[in-house]
Amino acid sequence: MGKMSVKLCGIELDNPVIPASGTFGFGYEFAELYDINILGTFSFKGTTKDARFGNPTPRIAECESGMINAVGLQNPGVDRVISEELPKLKKCFSKKVMSNVSGFSVEEYVHTCALLDKCEQVGWLEVNISCPNVHGGGMAFGTTPEGASEVVRAVKAVTTKPVIVKLSPNVTDIVAIAKACEDAGADGISLINTMLGMRIDLRTRRPVIANKMGGFSGKAIFPVALRMVYQVAHAVKIPVVGMGGVSCAEDVIEMMLAGAVAVEVGAQNLIDPYACKRIIEELPRVMEKYGIENLNDIIGGVK
Amino acid sequence: MKQVFLSIKENIALTYSVYRMVLSGDVSGVTNCGQFVNIKLDGLFLRRPISVCDCEGNELTLVYKVVGKGTEQMSRMTKGEVLDVLVGLGNGYDTSVSGQNPLIIGGGVGVPPMYMLCKKLISEGKAPTVILGFNKADEVFYEKEFEKLGARVIVTTVDASYGVRGFVTDAMAGLDYSYFYTCGPEPMLKAVYRATNTGGQFSFEERMGCGFGACMGCSCKTVTGYKRICKEGPVLCKEEILWEK
Repeated sequence: MGKMSVKLCGIELDNPVIPASGTFGFGYEFAELYDINILGTFSFKGTTKDARFGNPTPRIAECESGMINAVGLQNPGVDRVISEELPKLKKCFSKKVMSNVSGFSVEEYVHTCALLDKCEQVGWLEVNISCPNVHGGGMAFGTTPEGASEVVRAVKAVTTKPVIVKLSPNVTDIVAIAKACEDAGADGISLINTMLGMRIDLRTRRPVIANKMGGFSGKAIFPVALRMVYQVAHAVKIPVVGMGGVSCAEDVIEMMLAGAVAVEVGAQNLIDPYACKRIIEELPRVMEKYGIENLNDIIGGVK
Repeated sequence: MKQVFLSIKENIALTYSVYRMVLSGDVSGVTNCGQFVNIKLDGLFLRRPISVCDCEGNELTLVYKVVGKGTEQMSRMTKGEVLDVLVGLGNGYDTSVSGQNPLIIGGGVGVPPMYMLCKKLISEGKAPTVILGFNKADEVFYEKEFEKLGARVIVTTVDASYGVRGFVTDAMAGLDYSYFYTCGPEPMLKAVYRATNTGGQFSFEERMGCGFGACMGCSCKTVTGYKRICKEGPVLCKEEILWEK
């Protein structure tokens, strides 16, 4: 293992950097720019049982050091992801990919996860129980320990690959939800998803986002994300993937000190398409600067 | 798509709110008229998408209207400053289907991308007629530039302070054309859609996250499925458009 390689639920990553779902498409837009095989892995566009357009536009808003999105899980549906997107991805990405799954009922999660679990290219299932954009669906599961564990138990019963549960920060006690997922058999936890936010257009006196509210992400949320990663990583024994506002190699190291074994990069990919490449290239220099010989030595280093 | 660093060669006001910025550097990533670029600006999180007005040699011309913080900041930039720009975004116009005498209809800040289109059509030996629509005389820009390309140009103003009185569709009555291309505010695009009986192409605008297809923030529904304005657009053909709003 190299000095940057880490193990995520039994699978070795060359480095801990993972583009987050919804900010990297199905990979090939970025493969036009650089060889995406340099990534640890990446989490592809959130997939649901049926094809979805998502929310009406506008569904993007500018914020101070961040942005709001209310895309609403646009995706071609699991059947087309398997028949079209994964074969296309195979041409530019030879590593195991993280498959991000959303659903609007336990049955939908089960259906989608069971199908993706059979795909050879898929290394992990990242189960999104936290997307704040969809009315009455994803949000409800991730906001109570009972709802979260119900999804995890059902998905674990039909899958063989590691199940990483992606948590919402829009809850009172994220640690209780993380523990409920661990108890229900989750193999890992990833956090945080976007924070519910809103902007109003002063000229029209209406919300900028057609859906009124959306998920706030970008640099601005990093301290909140780091705090939650720290809390959860110290409360569970399963691996934690940290994300939220990560934009540079220093942020990756902070996340790992807080307890993350790997780190996802989200909104930064949208404004700097080379963000992940740059972070991977900067990591050795930043490690040297802070006297880190091997990234595994610092995971959870802050007690 | 290419990420390039371009230096400002010129940044001047054309009207009280419309500016022209000429950027110099490697602009080989711009591959078609009707494409756009996405500009990183200090202190703002999201890049700002701006349509390409012209691109030749190592120069890229953007004509933009000051509408918010980003464009306001751009208007204050000066010669020599360097911008981080993603170039070659979007599909652009297909000129192969234009026929001999296409009609170009630009409204307000929808006028700039029509310039490079017009230039290309003329270079292909076609004879475009150009209608440029504005609200009032002091908002008119680029009439002479289009004329210099050799196009027949009609300017309309809503308040009749310059050119033909009324909307672009008022100037279309009686014109004979083989095909049309248009860009402008959505009410104008809808009116053009209704007023035309040939095939045509429309360029759309939407709030974008990335501008290169990754976030799906700017998607729209079309007859032929969901399309990302930034990737499969911004140009859509008349027959695939679904007016939703």
